[in-house]
Parts: sequence; structure tokens; C-alpha cells
Amino acid sequence: MFPLDVAFWGLSAVGIFSALAVVSERDIFRAALFLVISFLAVAGMFVLLNAEFLAVVQVLVYVGAVSVIIIFAIMLTRNAQDGNPFNSFRLPALLLAALVFTGIAFAAVVTDWNEWGGLGFQVAPGETAAANPSSTEQGIRDVFGDTTQVIARLLLRDFVLPMEAASVVLLAAVIGALALVREREGES
Amino acid sequence: MSGVIFSIGLYGALSKKNVIAVFMSIELMFNAVNIALLAFSRYVVPHRIAIDPAGAEAEIANALTSEAVTLGETALSSLLTGHIFAVFVITIAAAEVALGLGIVIAMYRNRSSVDVTQANMMSG
Repeated sequence: MFPLDVAFWGLSAVGIFSALAVVSERDIFRAALFLVISFLAVAGMFVLLNAEFLAVVQVLVYVGAVSVIIIFAIMLTRNAQDGNPFNSFRLPALLLAALVFTGIAFAAVVTDWNEWGGLGFQVAPGETAAANPSSTEQGIRDVFGDTTQVIARLLLRDFVLPMEAASVVLLAAVIGALALVREREGES
Repeated sequence: MSGVIFSIGLYGALSKKNVIAVFMSIELMFNAVNIALLAFSRYVVPHRIAIDPAGAEAEIANALTSEAVTLGETALSSLLTGHIFAVFVITIAAAEVALGLGIVIAMYRNRSSVDVTQANMMSG
């Protein structure tokens, strides 16, 4: 598990550093580029979590589409040269964020993960009883060996209504965005 | 790590002047939530099922549907419910970005500014 640990801490360091850079960078364009690095680190984290399908989706949607849209918006609103200033809520926001982080960290430390069998990275399921895996453990291993197939079955069978709703939401968003940025008659 | 990135994103979202910077911070928070979802899906749920397959089965059957379910398949499918959640989070985030940046551009066209502190047309 040693290489996995190294990968985990490396990706964490890259992700957290670039997330900090997104918030603190003076130039908003460079902040957007750091955001791309952060997205990529998150995609790597997805791979570590056996979520290859979502890692690919992450790269396509976030690294590909969302960052391009954000850079477009930066280009179109061209007073980006003003830099990336903070507003007057900087200190309260810092305090609130620190408070939220303390709460999350406290909850993560206090929660007894062992009640459900331990959350260590070393004790991935299936490896605990690698000698003679039960059928359940074998099934779990199979599911994480090929997540895409199971995701497809879940999306198109058990979660088909939410999926259709999501497609309607996307359609509404596309139409709404077009309506928002449309040049009105007689204007400019 | 999820908590750290979420907190950074929260800080940025609340303290930036530029709307686009606020958007980037919101994206950071979405990412943090996705990491948490996938981590739980990978490490918490499987242990639950591995320890007590029959119990988990019954629990899921109660939670999802009142119909009789095929033993084995439903519990294993529920392993990836976190992934499904993450898919929807990504979808909604994409829709939100498209709409939000549309609003930003419309606002820039009308006000020639992307400063959240200047966005006060709604105040009476």
C-alpha cells in the first residue's frame, strides 16, 4: 500500500496548494489555471478511490468544459486587470471558514469509523479476508473492479427518474443561459 | 482533504470581490463534496455490507423500495450510490456554471463591472 499512500499525500498536497492559490492569487487568470490543477488533483483522487468512470467525467466536464467557460468569462469581462481583490468580509469569512473546518475535523476525528469496520486506507474491503474471500467480499471486489457497468445499471434502472430530471435541468440551464446573454432588440 | 478544500472554497466564496472568483470557489466546494461522497462510497459502505450482508440487504430494501429485492444484487449496487450522487453533483454544477456565467456576462454588459459589492440593483 506504500505507493498508494504516497500518491494520496502527493495528490492532497497538490490539490490543497492549488486550491489555496486559487483563493490567494492576485491575477484572476492565473487563479483559473490553478483551479484546473486542483481539478486534475481531484480527478487523480477519484482514481485512488476506485472511481475511474467519475475520474474521466471529472476531466471531461471540469478540466475540459467548466474551466474553458470560466476562462471565457474572464476574457469577456475584461477588467480582470484590476486583479482579484478581497471584499470587506475577508476577516469574518476567514473566521467562519476556520470554524467550519474545525467542525468537520472534529466530526471526522470523533466519529467511530471502526463501528462500521474501520476506515483505514490499509484495510480496503476484500483485502481483509484475502485468504478466503466470502461471496460478498468477492462481489464487492467485482463491483469496484468495473464501476462503469454498475453505474450504468444504476443510472438507467434504479435512478432513471433523477437522471431524466437532471437532463431537463441541463436543458433549462442551456435555454436560460442563452436567454440571459441574448442581445436584445434595439440594444447595442 | 475534502474538509480542507471545502473550507478554502468557503473562505474564497465569502471574501472575494470578483464574481468569477466566487464561482471558482464554489467549484472548489463541489469538488470537496464529491471527494467525500466517493470516499464514503469506497470505504464505509463496503465494510457495512461485508460485516453484515443480510442486515445491509434488509436495510437497503427498506430504504429504497418496499418490493422484494433480489438478494445480493441490490446490496452490491448500493455500493455505488455515492458515485451516482457524484454524477448528479457534477451535472448540477455544470448547469450552475453555465447559468451563473451567463448572469455574470449580462451583469457586465449592463453595469460594466463584475464586483459583487456593486451588485445592489435589488436593494430598494
